[in-house]
Amino acid sequence: MKIHEFQGKELLRSYGVAVPDGKVATTAEQAQTIAADFGGRVVVKAQIHAGGRGKGGGVKVADDPQQAAQHASDILGMQLVTHQTGPEGQKVKQVLVERASDISRELYLGITLDRAQSRVVVMASQEGGVEIEEVAAKTPEKILRETVEPGLGLQPFQATRLAFGLGLEGKQVRAGAGLLMNLYKAFEGADCSIAEINPLVVTGDGHVLALDAKINFDDNALYRHKDLLELRDLDEEEPLEVEATSFDLNYIKLDGTIGCMVNGAGLAMATMDIIKLAGGSPANFLDVGGGASAETVENGFRILLSDPNVKAILINIFGGIVRCDRVAEGVIQARKNLQTDVPIVVRLAGTNADIAAKMLEESDMNFAVGDGLADAAEKVVAAAG
Amino acid sequence: MSVLVDENTKLLVQGITGAEGSFHTRQMVEYGTQVVAGVTPGKGGQTFEEIPVFDTVSAAVEGTGANTSVIFVPPPFAADAVMEAADAGVELIVCITEGIPVNDMVRAYEFLGSRNVRMIGPNCPGIISPGKCKIGIMPGFIHSEGRVGIISRSGTLTYEAVGQLGSVGLGQSTAIGIGGDPVIGTRFVDALGLFKDDDETDAVVMIGEIGGTAEEEAAAYIKAHYEKPVIGFIAGRTAPPGRRMGHAGAIVAGGKGTAEDKMAAMQDAGIHVCESPATIGATVQKALAA
Repeated sequence: MKIHEFQGKELLRSYGVAVPDGKVATTAEQAQTIAADFGGRVVVKAQIHAGGRGKGGGVKVADDPQQAAQHASDILGMQLVTHQTGPEGQKVKQVLVERASDISRELYLGITLDRAQSRVVVMASQEGGVEIEEVAAKTPEKILRETVEPGLGLQPFQATRLAFGLGLEGKQVRAGAGLLMNLYKAFEGADCSIAEINPLVVTGDGHVLALDAKINFDDNALYRHKDLLELRDLDEEEPLEVEATSFDLNYIKLDGTIGCMVNGAGLAMATMDIIKLAGGSPANFLDVGGGASAETVENGFRILLSDPNVKAILINIFGGIVRCDRVAEGVIQARKNLQTDVPIVVRLAGTNADIAAKMLEESDMNFAVGDGLADAAEKVVAAAG
Repeated sequence: MSVLVDENTKLLVQGITGAEGSFHTRQMVEYGTQVVAGVTPGKGGQTFEEIPVFDTVSAAVEGTGANTSVIFVPPPFAADAVMEAADAGVELIVCITEGIPVNDMVRAYEFLGSRNVRMIGPNCPGIISPGKCKIGIMPGFIHSEGRVGIISRSGTLTYEAVGQLGSVGLGQSTAIGIGGDPVIGTRFVDALGLFKDDDETDAVVMIGEIGGTAEEEAAAYIKAHYEKPVIGFIAGRTAPPGRRMGHAGAIVAGGKGTAEDKMAAMQDAGIHVCESPATIGATVQKALAA
């Protein structure tokens, strides 16, 4: 789960990580009041989940409260387009108004799982404020790493080593190492999948501050963090995906024309791939899971059909524990109930596939039956036109 | 004709009285797997379908000589169940549970490292040596005995591959579902090593997906150490970056873990890479004939 920058900073502050003073505004007036309270220069930052907000015009510095109001009024309500939002952008509904920092250096900190080691790794770099992926690709030696011993957590000597590696000096070393220790505590305590600060800044007067905060949580651990669940912003998510979640369906909307419904994540990805190979484009990823029932299938159908781009549907089920006859029942039922004439290609294999094929044939509904993956993909691409 | 599990495997089921555990225990027994014990804390002394149930894994191991454990325990308790099994001295743990917090698995993985035990999964369909032993949730009847090994991150896509092998008359020595999570006990490289030393496996199918670099590691290993033909497929070429495709491990992040990178690495290692998921069976047949 993703959260906004201001929420991430509140979480970090609660763990003792130094962040700039800041408050959220939803109107230009509020932004002006906040700026006036802080006095001096402020930064007005669009709050959307996507990164790259500065380049898209979503982050602006204001010299006085009037200018802060002006910037807030420009940014609030805009469709902010960044490399992560897609061409339609994301509507900005709130801005973070923050006391501007006097920046002398920009650094990078990040904590995440290192899958190759099955351990958490803490990363730091003097190359802050830029795309860290580029630094990693071009000059990997500029990223310092400390691997965390499971169960023991980040050790002070590791944090200190990173602080020196970042080129911190004098009192900054202790402040930086302390910030790292606290950032790690937040990562572990809140079950984050990513805790990234880019940039971490050293101010003119030698303070070390988290100027940005990208915090994502491990969805599998959210059951033990009810408070964090409240930070979820449904407006940042695709409405159909939110609806699918309520039916325990795993749905991701894409921009093609062929809706697909599959059991299992790997087979669902493979089905999208083969649609593409057959010359079509998938409208979605939809995994109906291991316990696909007639009801799940009908709900899945409803979601697929809510996407106006969908011109044809491919149902691909490899029945193991899931019985194909139950799936067929759901498909026939859904076709009746939803009264749709979108062409449907069905490919069922595995448990009770033969019974299911007979049911589909004997129903007076119009289904095309796919004989194997390739045949099903070709048929559905042809049907989508 | 198999790796890790066979007719001598003595299985215990953690979570045997739960909905999933009881359903699949019946299926495994029906397939012919020797299920010797079950564990559900608080139900020790009872029986499930004539299988003795114990309160703890160590009591079950002592009482029955079980050497393998399969875990059907809900996510909040699953990592603990893994550690309990490891501590009780089983040789193999198969963890089916999906949705375990990553931090929990990182700690459990560390715990396993100091003990002589292998884990398969979590978030996997399990492992089957057709005709001998089925541990997990895969449909037994689609498999047949044979000489092709399968290693896969995905469940139903494995069934698809098994189905295609069947349609060209090829059976499996062992099929291992290694799981779709970021932290797993047995990686491609480990499983490839097992099949390498198995005289009765002639070829290996590896089914990967986007996310992580396990396929690239496997490709490097194959290039350096492998003589048996390997047939590979990577799911998720059409998946957009930054979106998790169902499995917690299936995500292209920070420009890493793309299908293209993996396929290129596999091709470079001499693996027979299938462009289409529909050609896995035919590609294995061709590779074996060559």
